[in-house]
Amino acid sequence: MTVASSSPPSRLPLRGVEGTAPKPKPGKKRERDGGGRGDGALAALFIAPAMLGFLVFLLWPTLRGIYLSFTRFNLLTPAEWVGLDNYDRMIHDPIFWDSLTVTVEYVVINIGIQTVAALAIAVLLQRLTQSAMLRGVVLTPYLMSNVVAGLVWLWVLDTQLGIGNEIISGLGIDRIPFLADETWAIPTIAMINVWRHVGYTALLLFAGLQAIPNDMYEAAKVDGASEWRMFWRITMPLLRPVLAVVLIMTVIGSFQVFDTVAVTTAGGPANATNVLQFYIYGSAFGRFQFGYASAMSVALLVVLSAITVLQYRLTRAGQTDLG
Amino acid sequence: MRLRTLTALAGALALSLVTGCANGDSTGSSSNTVTYWLWDANQLPAYQACAKGFEKENPGLKVKITQLGWSDYWTKLTAGFIAGTQPDVFTDHIQKFGQFADLKVLEPLDDLGIKEADYQPGLAANWIGQDGHRYGAPKDWDTVALFYNQKMAKDAGLTAEQLNALSWNPEDGGTFEKAIAHLTIDKNGKRGDEPGFDKNNVKVYGLASNGGGMGDGQTQWSPFTASAGWSYTDKARWGTKYQYDSETFQSVVKWYFGLAKKGYMVPFTDYNIQSNQANTQVSAGKAAAAFDGAWMISTYKGFKGRDMKAAFTPVGPTGKRATMMNGLADSITKGSDNKAGARKWVAYLASDACQTVVGKYGIVFPATPAGTEAAEAAYKKQGIDVTAFTEPVENKKDFRTFSYPITNYAADVTALMQPAMEDIYGNGTPVSSLDEVNDQINFILNQ
Repeated sequence: MTVASSSPPSRLPLRGVEGTAPKPKPGKKRERDGGGRGDGALAALFIAPAMLGFLVFLLWPTLRGIYLSFTRFNLLTPAEWVGLDNYDRMIHDPIFWDSLTVTVEYVVINIGIQTVAALAIAVLLQRLTQSAMLRGVVLTPYLMSNVVAGLVWLWVLDTQLGIGNEIISGLGIDRIPFLADETWAIPTIAMINVWRHVGYTALLLFAGLQAIPNDMYEAAKVDGASEWRMFWRITMPLLRPVLAVVLIMTVIGSFQVFDTVAVTTAGGPANATNVLQFYIYGSAFGRFQFGYASAMSVALLVVLSAITVLQYRLTRAGQTDLG
Repeated sequence: MRLRTLTALAGALALSLVTGCANGDSTGSSSNTVTYWLWDANQLPAYQACAKGFEKENPGLKVKITQLGWSDYWTKLTAGFIAGTQPDVFTDHIQKFGQFADLKVLEPLDDLGIKEADYQPGLAANWIGQDGHRYGAPKDWDTVALFYNQKMAKDAGLTAEQLNALSWNPEDGGTFEKAIAHLTIDKNGKRGDEPGFDKNNVKVYGLASNGGGMGDGQTQWSPFTASAGWSYTDKARWGTKYQYDSETFQSVVKWYFGLAKKGYMVPFTDYNIQSNQANTQVSAGKAAAAFDGAWMISTYKGFKGRDMKAAFTPVGPTGKRATMMNGLADSITKGSDNKAGARKWVAYLASDACQTVVGKYGIVFPATPAGTEAAEAAYKKQGIDVTAFTEPVENKKDFRTFSYPITNYAADVTALMQPAMEDIYGNGTPVSSLDEVNDQINFILNQ
């Protein structure tokens, strides 16, 4: 275990022997290693591409988005400052709250089922087989684009013409309007995305499982523990940090669901699948209300940040129980 | 030295990225090229032929035509307006006209000398904005009729004459509802108007569905609402008040969606805008008839094993039949790099010279009477009877033709009306719910 120190972390010596670097004086700028030769410039050079991407594609759009959320803006004429009007409208917009509810419903179904299924697949991959081919097969749906996956399932599940419903009807069961009924639509979209993402999530968890020392299982076996008991007492606690990170990533991804909805239901029937990203897109690119769409995007950013911090804290994602 | 080389390389890379972004695949044009966009792939050869004639008449000018599918078309056009990569000229739709007028992205075309009398009635007037300027030159028109499967109609004992003489009313549906019911067959072979008909297990629906119809109901409820005397707004163009709260409108909509409840029309749960529109339902043999537009004539004609014909829309309570008469136009973008060339191209597109060429392809009805005649002749040559689509334009005594609603905030109206109509159709929500939606729309319109 490392012990947290109050002193500034020492730099890795790039040349010379560890410990020969002069100790920094408090309150003064640290001297460069190697008597002022250009390591800083080299470091800046290596950082530059990533920094450029970060500034251009992340920081600037975020700041601009926040600014636009206080304006009325249709992209073609200059933005007009309207203060908190967009936020006021958002709070009083029933469609926004419906969208948020629909999105949360989707995330709960999607992440709930996906995580459990992925965990089961990962554990089975670890405990039962070492086959690389099987791992490849598990990943196959993930290799397909979201739009293609959505379209394929749309055709399979079509109420009148889909092969899925032909089979259901052939079994003597009533056809199910998977994507055309407000009760079925969100669970169906959630399951389409579970199908596509579960293999990838399982592989991430599988990688986490590889880090658990095998002797723990052997010791438990010697003590007569069952597989079930080993799962709960060894696998789950030791996988927790990885599981937490995977959960944070997948929840964020899940909140951003868009393409599957756009392809299969376009937000319908009667707004039943009008997830927040789709509503934001429609407001911006359909109705040219970029100011209002930015305000909703900022709200989504706040919600996601809050959920991430909460998840991080609750799951102690930064700590390991190993060692 | 090595560091300098690296810095230079990184600098060059960054520069190439930045300039790469700026260049992109620009659709802007030079002074001797006019860029032109359209969405209908079927029409591409016709307009390519037109462009040839134009280039011959205007040596030194070239037309570059780009065809994009309907949804990509509008997304790319919007992005083009924002990024400055819009075409010089594009095919415009009245549904989008209000919004483009709001956004001020269109170039006035007053100096092109477009005269109303040179085109089919109403087509030229629709493209005049609230500011009195013209923003579109009429290129074509379409109406709606009832496509039906001739074999299914024959099996039901319905003749072409009978189907062309149907009438309806919102109380008992009239002979139209009777015909649709009779065309409907359940799993046990019972027709919709026979005792013991099982509405929950329908094999063939009498009428196909194109969904809730959003705010216009072009190929859904509009032939009925209009033949009942209702209009979308208080004025024919640039109205300031929508009328979805009207008792007439709501009673017609209630009756129309009620056809699905009775098992005569494809239910909302079977419809999908991507995978199962009315034409697919008819093609798959799941529906016997469908209201659809003239732009679908060749599609319905092409269905294998389905001998399709078209009948007039039914006579309504006003004693008239009704169909939307929608017309497309060519518009010039305000950000065009070649406005002079664009004006020449649009003037040519709107002329008899071009529209007759387009008409000869038999895929669309051009806006000029000569172009329309050429199209009628071309359809006839293909063995297609298009009377159900042309008669409403020629016979104003028995037909009422009306336009798409032309107002500001068209996208907002659609955003509010789409879920509202789906709610009535799919979830059985009372039609009176439209009162509140109408208030919201009128509030937006008058803000």
